[in-house]
Amino acid sequence: MNPRPFHLCLAALALLTLAAIFGPYFSPYSVDQISQTRLASPDATHWLGTDLHGRDLLTRLLFGARISLLVGLVGATISLFVGVTYGLISGYLGGRIDNAMMRFVDILYALPRIVLVIVLISLFDLKLKHLLDGTFLAPLASHARLLLLFVGLGLVEWLTLARIVRAQVLSIKERAFVLSARLIGQNTPTILFRQILPQVLPIVLTYLTLALPAVILEESFLSFLGLGVQAPLASWGTLLADGAALLNPIRTPWWLIVFPSLLLAFTLLLLNFLGDQLRKLQK
Amino acid sequence: MISFLLRRILSSIPVALSVIAICFLLVRLAPGSPFSSERALDPATQAMLETKYGLSGSLPNQLFHYASNLLHGDLGDSLKFRGRSVNEIIGQSLPRSLLLGSIAFTLALALGIPLGAWSAARQGKPSGTFLNGLALLTLSIPTFILAPVTVLLFSFYIRLCPPAGWGSPSQLILPSLCLSLPFVGVCARLTRSGLLEVLGADFIRTARAKGVTEPNLVFLHALRPAILPLVAYAGPLAASILTGSLLIEETFAIPGIGQFFVSGVINRDVFLVSGVVLVYCLLLLFFNLIADWLTALLDPRISLSS
Repeated sequence: MNPRPFHLCLAALALLTLAAIFGPYFSPYSVDQISQTRLASPDATHWLGTDLHGRDLLTRLLFGARISLLVGLVGATISLFVGVTYGLISGYLGGRIDNAMMRFVDILYALPRIVLVIVLISLFDLKLKHLLDGTFLAPLASHARLLLLFVGLGLVEWLTLARIVRAQVLSIKERAFVLSARLIGQNTPTILFRQILPQVLPIVLTYLTLALPAVILEESFLSFLGLGVQAPLASWGTLLADGAALLNPIRTPWWLIVFPSLLLAFTLLLLNFLGDQLRKLQK
Repeated sequence: MISFLLRRILSSIPVALSVIAICFLLVRLAPGSPFSSERALDPATQAMLETKYGLSGSLPNQLFHYASNLLHGDLGDSLKFRGRSVNEIIGQSLPRSLLLGSIAFTLALALGIPLGAWSAARQGKPSGTFLNGLALLTLSIPTFILAPVTVLLFSFYIRLCPPAGWGSPSQLILPSLCLSLPFVGVCARLTRSGLLEVLGADFIRTARAKGVTEPNLVFLHALRPAILPLVAYAGPLAASILTGSLLIEETFAIPGIGQFFVSGVINRDVFLVSGVVLVYCLLLLFFNLIADWLTALLDPRISLSS
């Protein structure tokens, strides 16, 4: 394998992440700063133009990158934990428990994933807000929807991983080292997490590079529909939706559509490419 | 064959029933009543409405009531679109979504398979790398980017197609293209990796030694076994097109089933949401069934009875 494109791709992703974290501090504009220069096309003062309320698009895109990347990372991590644990337990215990656990996965598989997230998020948004309000977590209440988005996306992405891990565990648990671990008296959780988990880890990490773009994509999808990230916050999906809402045949502010699209597509392309190369490496 | 179909259909029934129960309970457990609006209802009216729609009593009772209606083929009445039954709404909107979806499905396969076969045949050459890169590019551009960008380009800058609406064939072009393009890449890559694996097999070497020309080799000998992973992908592909259709219908103002689903969730329209989810679930089960059947048909080593 030629490592050159791989390194370039990693560098580009690192650059993007750094820009998302530190970029907004260097911008002369704040993220919600409204000005009189509405819908200004890209020029020297506003590099990527401004939106309907005169807010600087570049600043908002960098800010949106934080949310989009964060949702991707947290969602993928949650799916990783749930999927690996579920697959480990189901595969190792086997028999009737395994059967029941896998039927449950089948049932969830029979639903389009996004549909499940939409139902979860839009129905339990208020409930979670009320729940959080009463506790010490009250400051989080205004972000209830974002929290649900993290959890919801994480909770639908784990299905495939659970199947993969289970299939691996089914063969690994028959190997001699698992038997010897049992013979020296290690208990089931220790065997699962100390003996078997390291064996499935490479596959799991490769899967992470698949789940990351998938979750980012799903978040943007929901936000574009208006069901994801809500108004004071912005993600790439909502920025794109704002641009798309201004589509009209007379004079469309193209920069509001083109730049969010480019950034999102570029990030997804990088992540997909990275996952591709990693999978090739594993074979 | 028939016993395979029967067994699969029987095993789908519990799955569909669980999906319905989960969905119905989720919508009913959620805060906010389908009857709440800006105007406050007096409790007596609310109770009457709930009784009328079979939403009074304990949750298991409501679910039982709903399920027994389902067995009679009655999906209930929409709570938001008053006076319209869910059967009627789905009956009107589903054919539109199915038409759009099947065009996109066909396009994804019709463009993806040749693209993948071509890039596999050119493996190792610059043109092969380029085609493979093209596939990666199309699968990285999601539907909701394609939709506004293509409208901007092909409806406003170059006035080729109408930007939205439903009714004439020209209004189908942009939505079905946008819906299918991301999956062209997926299909191309599945075809390519399948082909590359098969092209290294012994029977291909034999065919080549017999003097079969390269295009015939790829399309007549290698494609059938190589396409198996693609067939297995038919189920997930159908699911992705269904969800993609939600967004396409919103952006292109197509009165399909996806639009009703989104508005149903927002309005807590329990029967509409459950009905649409049931339709989605049945469609998915159907596609998975077809995919398994086709796999066995294409690969004689797989038997349907086991």
